[in-house]
Amino acid sequence: MTKQLPGVDIVLVGFGWTGAIYAEKLTAAGLNVLALERGPWRDTPNDFATTFAQDELRYYWRHGMFQEASQATLTFRNNSAQTALPMRHWGSFLPGNGVGGAGVHWNGQTYRFLPSDFVARTHNEERYGPLPEHVTVQDYGVTYDELEPHFDFFEKICGICGQAGNLNGETVEGGNPFEGPRSDNYPNPPMQMTFSQDRFASAARELGLNPFPVPSANMSRAYVNPLGLQLAPCTYCGFCEKHGCGNYSKSSPQTTIIPVLMQRPNFALRTNSEVLSVEKAADGSRASGVTYIDANGDTFFQPAEVVVLCAYPLENTRLLLLSQIGEPYDPQSGDGVVGKNYCYQVMSSATVFYDEEFTNGFVGAGALGMVIDDYNGDNFDHSGLGFIGGGYIACHTTNARPIESHPVPDNVPSWGSRWKKAVRENFLKTTSVGVHGASMAHRSNYLDLDPTYTDTHGRPLLRMTYDFTLNDRRLTQHLTPIAQQIANGMGGREVKVNIRRGSYDSVPYQTTHNTGGTIMGADPRTSVVNRYCQSWDFPNLFVAGAGLFPQNAGYNPTGTVGALAYWSVDAIVNQYLRQPGPLVQP
Amino acid sequence: MHSLTRRHVMRLMLLGGTALAVPHAFAKEFGRGAGVPWAPSRGEIPYYGTSSDRFFTPEERETVAAICARLIPSDEDGPGATEADVVTFIDRQMAGFYGRGQHWYMKGPYGQGTATQGYQSEHPPAILYRSALAELETYCASQHEARFVDLSEDQQDTVLTGLDEEEIQFEGVSAKVFFDLLLKNAIEGFFADPIYGGNRDMIAWRYVGFPGTRYDYRDFVNHHGKAIPLEPVSLMGRPGWDRP
Repeated sequence: MTKQLPGVDIVLVGFGWTGAIYAEKLTAAGLNVLALERGPWRDTPNDFATTFAQDELRYYWRHGMFQEASQATLTFRNNSAQTALPMRHWGSFLPGNGVGGAGVHWNGQTYRFLPSDFVARTHNEERYGPLPEHVTVQDYGVTYDELEPHFDFFEKICGICGQAGNLNGETVEGGNPFEGPRSDNYPNPPMQMTFSQDRFASAARELGLNPFPVPSANMSRAYVNPLGLQLAPCTYCGFCEKHGCGNYSKSSPQTTIIPVLMQRPNFALRTNSEVLSVEKAADGSRASGVTYIDANGDTFFQPAEVVVLCAYPLENTRLLLLSQIGEPYDPQSGDGVVGKNYCYQVMSSATVFYDEEFTNGFVGAGALGMVIDDYNGDNFDHSGLGFIGGGYIACHTTNARPIESHPVPDNVPSWGSRWKKAVRENFLKTTSVGVHGASMAHRSNYLDLDPTYTDTHGRPLLRMTYDFTLNDRRLTQHLTPIAQQIANGMGGREVKVNIRRGSYDSVPYQTTHNTGGTIMGADPRTSVVNRYCQSWDFPNLFVAGAGLFPQNAGYNPTGTVGALAYWSVDAIVNQYLRQPGPLVQP
Repeated sequence: MHSLTRRHVMRLMLLGGTALAVPHAFAKEFGRGAGVPWAPSRGEIPYYGTSSDRFFTPEERETVAAICARLIPSDEDGPGATEADVVTFIDRQMAGFYGRGQHWYMKGPYGQGTATQGYQSEHPPAILYRSALAELETYCASQHEARFVDLSEDQQDTVLTGLDEEEIQFEGVSAKVFFDLLLKNAIEGFFADPIYGGNRDMIAWRYVGFPGTRYDYRDFVNHHGKAIPLEPVSLMGRPGWDRP
């Protein structure tokens, strides 16, 4: 039996980066906020202590902090003709779980998307003519200029370390000359680079390219953020991604927002509380609250004036489908919106092997790197190339965690004495030039509910139908040789190219940048939420996260996720509260 | 001073025991101005697969050890799976939540699937090992009238290559899925922290030059491509820490 609870002003579904951002701004505005988190409480001293946080087996290979696939996974197929089967354990991506979400175990590479990324359809059609049929790329409905103050604030909350390339329209030496105009420099200077980055930067400059430091959420120095929370200098320990940081050196909800929230009497967080559905008011005009189940199996109805979906994009999409809110996307007709424009990222790389020099990959950090943006977005002329978008090309030194990172040259077998010797010879002597390719939306790639498989509560799993598109393949074929060219100039013995070919494979880890499914836009017929991330169906329902992206740009998503959350919550505080209702008339 | 009744003591013990065993299992409310919660000894110390539990029969254990010795051989270049005691790592893993597939989604129906859909066996890892090891012995008996462990190294390599390249098929279980899982687990056991039973004395870390679970390399960021001579450290420390 469902127990009815007293109402709150705001209920947040999920408590990672976006949940913490909404909670902080809405409690500051005096509202009574409740966050419901499926997973457990997590904090630095107890859960990522430096006495045990550097445990590769436990945290990566045994999925110590990720969503438990046994509770809920998703099913996957490459195309509609196949039968989707469950991802029985995680591979290609690693959804987070618990307080802080994936913000606990991210690397910290914190970019702003380009101004043209937010108007991808308009911009590309103006320059190159109509996009091909079935390429469902759309504009965001919000522009870079509108988001700029929110990018800036998120960077200050996180203490991002970097070098501006465009300050108020003035080009600044050493930064990214292609970035949108910034109102302020980064709050902290770039990280200290190592041997590999120096080699990469020289090789890139030699080719006339413009290397700059990766904007990093790993601290280059001690920092106090606008909420008064302190971050400590990064120690380059090489256990960032897939691990929590025990040094308070990586920006996360835990290090930058949550301790302040926990002091506020109008904020509460319930852990081990999984939202099952968003409920509708009897007249169908609004969301009335959410139903959730706790670890004892008791179900509760939590009434709320406003509901914000702050879970991972895949779960936000599933929750809307399960709650029957918004029209599900139909790939046959192209109609419907929920589950539409699922996108990912197209990764490839060129590994450099040295004979004499040591790259010492264990001296690393999640966002330690040099990068070029010359082939990202529309920073280069695409005439005659047959694709749009691009990607950054970077040389990171993130880790030498040995189960994961033991590259060997071409033509070495995968086991036996020759393999073992090659691992030893190259373990401290490799680096990699990676291509972080954009993923453009296509009519045939989407999310819906699986007809067969269910989670522990008996609810349908989400079904992913996804493969790389012609645009993706041309993009990676164009950019990977450029990465190879840079790698060739880095003075190694040999270069091994790891190209992305064949169908998308859900098994090897690529990246946890799953986007779309709850996309934003200017038209209720083609988007789930409006430019303020407000549901077209229910004005008191908002959605956060990378599910808002109509297509994925050639960057890591978190910077843009943070900016969109601050943009949206600003609209709630300064517009919606004054006059609750649709912020955009359809 | 009040003396605690026996019931009080029992109750305290029960609550304490519960909190230690399943620190995260219950729904809890935080916040309302109470600050960041903190309690002593709540740290999530590692416990997965650190016990000395066993899953394999003595014969299974011999076979797995022999396979690992061919995947990561001991040779003139340095130590292998045998010195690192990789079989102990795998045995403990199979005896724990990993072997049971406890955190994996194991609901049916089961389909063959494409390679891009990943692991689709109805067996959790431990049962997959048990079924496949029995099939492997059947194969070796029919081809060589011997157990796998009694074959020459060359013969063992030929059998393993047959599994890897899908030339040998098993009944009721995929030989290739078994081979891939075993290779992955062997590499895990070779390179994981020694608390899990393999990588004994950090032998694999020393072999490749990984300094282990250190937490501060700020003094070495400017290494300019030179070697950094550091002894490895494990989550248990390193030899000498507990000795005079």
